[in-house]
Amino acid sequence: MAVIRDVIPAFELYQPTSVDDALKLLDRYGTDALVLAGGLDSMDWLKDRLKRPKVVVDLGQIADLRGVSDLNGGLEIGAMTPLTEVVRHPLVRERFSLLMQAAELVASPQIRNQGTIGGNVSQDTRCWYYRGGWNCYRAGGNICYADTPTALNREHAIFDADRCVAVNPSDTAPALVALDAVMVIRGPNGERVVNAEDYWVGPGIDITRMNVLAPNELLVRIRIPATFAGAQFYFEKVRDRQVWDFPLVNVAAAIKPNGGNIGEARLVVNAVAAKPRRLRNVEAAVAGKPRNEETAKMAGDMAIVGALPLRHNAYKVPLMRNLVKRAIRGSEGGTWTS
Amino acid sequence: MDLLKWGRSPWGEWVLTHVSWNLFWASLFAGVLFFVAHASYMLFSAHRKRSSEETDALEAARADLPAKIERHNMSARLFHWVMAASMFVLLFTAFLPVAGIRFPWVTWHWMAGLVFTVSILFHIVHASFFLDFWSIWVGPKDIPEFKAEILRELGHEVPGPKSGKYPLGNRLYHLVQVVAGIVVIITGVLMMSRVRTPLFTRNPYLFSDFTWGLTYVGHGLAGVGMVGLVIAHVYFAVRPEKWWITKSMIFGYITRRQYLEHHEPDRWRVAGGGSSAKPAGQA
Repeated sequence: MAVIRDVIPAFELYQPTSVDDALKLLDRYGTDALVLAGGLDSMDWLKDRLKRPKVVVDLGQIADLRGVSDLNGGLEIGAMTPLTEVVRHPLVRERFSLLMQAAELVASPQIRNQGTIGGNVSQDTRCWYYRGGWNCYRAGGNICYADTPTALNREHAIFDADRCVAVNPSDTAPALVALDAVMVIRGPNGERVVNAEDYWVGPGIDITRMNVLAPNELLVRIRIPATFAGAQFYFEKVRDRQVWDFPLVNVAAAIKPNGGNIGEARLVVNAVAAKPRRLRNVEAAVAGKPRNEETAKMAGDMAIVGALPLRHNAYKVPLMRNLVKRAIRGSEGGTWTS
Repeated sequence: MDLLKWGRSPWGEWVLTHVSWNLFWASLFAGVLFFVAHASYMLFSAHRKRSSEETDALEAARADLPAKIERHNMSARLFHWVMAASMFVLLFTAFLPVAGIRFPWVTWHWMAGLVFTVSILFHIVHASFFLDFWSIWVGPKDIPEFKAEILRELGHEVPGPKSGKYPLGNRLYHLVQVVAGIVVIITGVLMMSRVRTPLFTRNPYLFSDFTWGLTYVGHGLAGVGMVGLVIAHVYFAVRPEKWWITKSMIFGYITRRQYLEHHEPDRWRVAGGGSSAKPAGQA
């Protein structure tokens, strides 16, 4: 495939200063437009010349989309808020350190300065066959090159593969699902609110998209309710390098203790499927149980039921089991915060 | 409007990948247009049926025929309705996502495809060895009937041949469905090697990219064609003057009068005697 990493294709650049103007542009240009948030995902596509939009709509000038504010004890975060600001914001650190930890583990400091939380949750998959320009299912073709007997699929899915085996690479996504966040989406027909859990879509539902955003819609805000404010949190990310890397598997847990036991719990794992995988069965099983080795082992074993590894990613099964185990029990490497 | 979709293979060759979903909308539109056009035509049609006096006379002369004549036995009816149900599941699972109603459709689709395939295999054996195999096919022998039907449509009184067991339109429809059905089954079974099922070991490299492209396009063309064909079939099934045929697919029989009014006894022989009878040569 032709990969040219120097010169991006020509396009018309728009820098609207309001969400309404941005939506008008998206409505006018439809699939000919590419939305630019921090640009870290989008610029790859442009530099590889695999996306050739007529129009790029840069959201960087829309002040209304930036910032963190209180929302009845919870938080409202503008989609264009840089990850560094999310990490450093006192309300995030005080109430939802889970999100702080997750955002802090994204890539590298420079990328977190430029990258936005909206971009991080809405980024495309990193499957290199797809991003290399191969004409796979996700790109509109009729084959998954990563799910063949000879494929390099070490980073791919162990759950819910449906023709395509790509995974969601976001670190903040599982944290937001664990915090019961909702995504506020604006489109030509107004605003709609989607539970974070339903924001991402698997290939069985739509093989060419990672989330529910239509071409003429924008993610404008993320709202985190007060439900888990100040609860006990655990986030751990395993990656090949200690910085500037996508997760092989990550886990986000939020637990409200009840006496000495686990009360309400949320457990979410990402990079094992095309969307963050909430472990509802594990959440139900650990509720009311003490946070000890026995409960942790049970949780880990339950979490991997149904996993179907590919040729080169069977390691993800014990990795996920152990991460879930540690999320319940705690570990030396990753600690509980509250 | 693109009719076919192309992609570049890893070897840099341009290969077919899919049919354009515009064809689905085209087939849907064609099906709806057909029934609107036909329904409009039928309002003003001068179609000549066998007169009631003539049918009365025939009925008096053929009092030996049973009151109820079996048209479709239980096996044939079960096949038809199982096949129809699987066909609807196939079409809905294939095209509702195209129309914007998203759900995990692949498993439902291949499972319905298997039911469809098994029902068709059953039908081939059943029709070949237990039914009058040639009664559904069209050939040169049907040219006189074709001419007579055209003249009747134009309002002429024609003494020429009526149909045998199946009306000419029915046989032509069956022929087209056979072609579309065979294409969709063969390509569909091959495509199952590209998805995860408990039945096959996945082997996406069974064919070259070029052959896979043809397979997907063949499946797509047959599939979108089925949309129009099924619309036409359902339309005729619910038309009042065709209810007697539809009822026969539910209850299995037609009356002696319907038999004499619509069929040529010489071309569909029915054994006489009793209150109901099976057609000659049919188990």
